[in-house]
Amino acid sequence: MLAQIDVEFREQILNDYQGVSECQVCDKPDYLVPIREVAFSFFQESGFPTLKNEDWKYTPVKRYLNEPFEVDQEDTNTIAPADAPYFGKQLPGYKIVMINGRFDPEQSELPDSSQCTIAPIIDVLREPTVKERLSKSRNYGANPFLAMNTALFTKGIYIHIPKNVKIDHPIHLVHYAGGEQKQFNITKNIFVVEEGGEAEIIESYYHSGHAPVSFRNSATEILVEPNATLHHIKLQKAHSNLRMVEHTEVEQKQDSLYNNYTFTLPGMNFVRNNLNLDINGSNIESHMYGLYLTNENQLVDNHTLVNHREPDCESNQLYKGILTDRSRAVFNGKVYVHSIAQKTNAFQQNNNILFSDDAAIYSKPQLEIFADDVKCSHGSTIGQLDDEALFYLRARGLSKADAQSMLVNAFAFDVTEKLVDEEIKAMLNEEIDKVMTGVIS
Amino acid sequence: MLEIKNLHAVIDGNEVLKGLNLKVNAGEIHAIMGPNGSGKSSLASVLAGREEFEVTDGDVTYKGQDLLDMDPEIRARDGVFMAFQYPVEIPGVSNISFLKTAVNEVREHQKLEPLSARDFLKRTREMQELVQFDSALANRSLNEGFSGGEKKRNEIFQMAMLDPTLAILDETDSGLDIDALRIVADGVNKLHSKDKAFIIITHYQRLLDYIVPDFVHVLNDGQIVRSGDKNLALELEEKGYDWLKKEPVTS
Ligand SMILES: Nc1ncnc2c1ncn2[C@@H]1O[C@H](COP(=O)(O)OP(=O)(O)OP(=O)(O)O)[C@@H](O)[C@H]1O
Ligand SMILES: [Mg+2]
Repeated sequence: MLAQIDVEFREQILNDYQGVSECQVCDKPDYLVPIREVAFSFFQESGFPTLKNEDWKYTPVKRYLNEPFEVDQEDTNTIAPADAPYFGKQLPGYKIVMINGRFDPEQSELPDSSQCTIAPIIDVLREPTVKERLSKSRNYGANPFLAMNTALFTKGIYIHIPKNVKIDHPIHLVHYAGGEQKQFNITKNIFVVEEGGEAEIIESYYHSGHAPVSFRNSATEILVEPNATLHHIKLQKAHSNLRMVEHTEVEQKQDSLYNNYTFTLPGMNFVRNNLNLDINGSNIESHMYGLYLTNENQLVDNHTLVNHREPDCESNQLYKGILTDRSRAVFNGKVYVHSIAQKTNAFQQNNNILFSDDAAIYSKPQLEIFADDVKCSHGSTIGQLDDEALFYLRARGLSKADAQSMLVNAFAFDVTEKLVDEEIKAMLNEEIDKVMTGVIS
Repeated sequence: MLEIKNLHAVIDGNEVLKGLNLKVNAGEIHAIMGPNGSGKSSLASVLAGREEFEVTDGDVTYKGQDLLDMDPEIRARDGVFMAFQYPVEIPGVSNISFLKTAVNEVREHQKLEPLSARDFLKRTREMQELVQFDSALANRSLNEGFSGGEKKRNEIFQMAMLDPTLAILDETDSGLDIDALRIVADGVNKLHSKDKAFIIITHYQRLLDYIVPDFVHVLNDGQIVRSGDKNLALELEEKGYDWLKKEPVTS
């Protein structure tokens, strides 16, 4: 099945696997060897997903992959330029610099090591928490990129927040991409927040645009232990030369809180987010907020999956989309409420505004409930701006453009207002305003 | 100030205004009454510039200009204000920040400096007091979750803030309790001056006890079928509309 892609790229993938499995100097813990083997043989068999794969039905990845990519070539020349204007640069906090997936401690500003552990993933493969995360069985059928990721990863970051530690500032991961050649980068991250711990992790992305296209295949495994809190914010805005698939698996234990905010703004020409939540304890709260504002020929795909396995939990999803030009977006959300998960509250909402006849959205909210005492709802809307509201504002003297932008902002602010971090909120609102002023006027 | 001649308008293939004539001079208050569906709101909408209505014949001049040729926002900036019969709820748009934009658009059009934050606040306070509009409401999302009466008061509050030359109130009195009715009427009377005109659409003579109109018109089936002074309203209160529907008379 790998025959579908560029010959050189295929060679690269095979060589890379050989490199990883035969590497003499690398740490190859016993548990990991078969995991990698299974993942690779699956990937070799399935190849990258095609439109025949139910989970990739509206997402033609082939056109983003068909390049002579180099796979995870160590590119020592690429250093993060200190003045690279990535989106979110002004935000205060600790900074973790990742260059094509490789952790660069030199350029990072890390919290005191008494607060938490931050290490390249490849150095901590024998940590019990790492082993536990990597040993979880995953659905490769729905996620061939994840199979590839597990088989081949050598880069990525491990962030471990010990028991009862509340990190005093946000931890900001900045993913720099690009090199001399077309790059395909594989990153595996693991975040663990131990019992009673609390952290805010922000992710930003950068591609200079001068470098050739890069493809980022990233998978992040997250564990939120009892009574712990993790705020996880993705600020997905970078040059169109960056394409990416970001797979996120979250397991939550009792009394924990996980908030995911995924903002995708004009720029990257392909973004696929998988966000899978495993609600594995009672009294858990999870929020998933997404906003995609797309332009030109962007393709932004958000797939979410929430598994309610225990009673008395609440999950809440709100994804909103504003699509302009020829851009396309996909929202596919699945919520399973297992029969034991009584008193579950599960909400899922996806609302979209199309700003152009050429834009398209495929929205599919799904709810499967096997318990009887639950409160669940889901819904999806696709529409234009409300003409009545538009007229009302104009009838008070606002120009059409101002009225439209006010309505679009109101639509989007519904999501941004959920952010607890006021600085990020202000930054995003300003950006949305800027984008929409361009679209409307 | 406003002259409407032989106005015909169509919506969704239905002709709703069928040759309407009306002249409003500065300083005048006109009341328009008429049965449900007779075209009162349609007239207000056409004057405010709602694009769904297509004007098929006739013309409207406002302060010597062709009103129909102006975009709704230009009309608003030039002093035309319509209080909506059914104000829309706009979640996420703050009442007060929207109003600030609106006030400054109008001022810019009139070649005035934008109001400073302080002056805007001052004016907001004055007008809130004038129409007794709760400041907690002013700070919420535009009309979101407002009661029927609160929405109407918000229309009057906005009118007071924008200080229009020609205000068209479409059933602003419906849904108001008796105290609110008096407050709205007081507001209108205070804002009224010799350079300003009001068109007040209502079903109830009651409002006209507080706001005394110079003219009362009856609209039926897209036309004005009778005009008179305030006594016409009393007559309608007594007799209903049936006697007018039979024999259209234009003034
Ligand atoms: N958007 C629309 N589409 C189709 N028909 C409409 C629309 N708006 C108004 N009409 C029709 O136009 C006619 C006049 O309606 P209009 O709202 O102007 O009446 P009105 O005099 O204001 O009535 P009311 O006293 O009930 O408010 C009615 O027959 C109405 O059904
Ligand atoms: Mg009406």
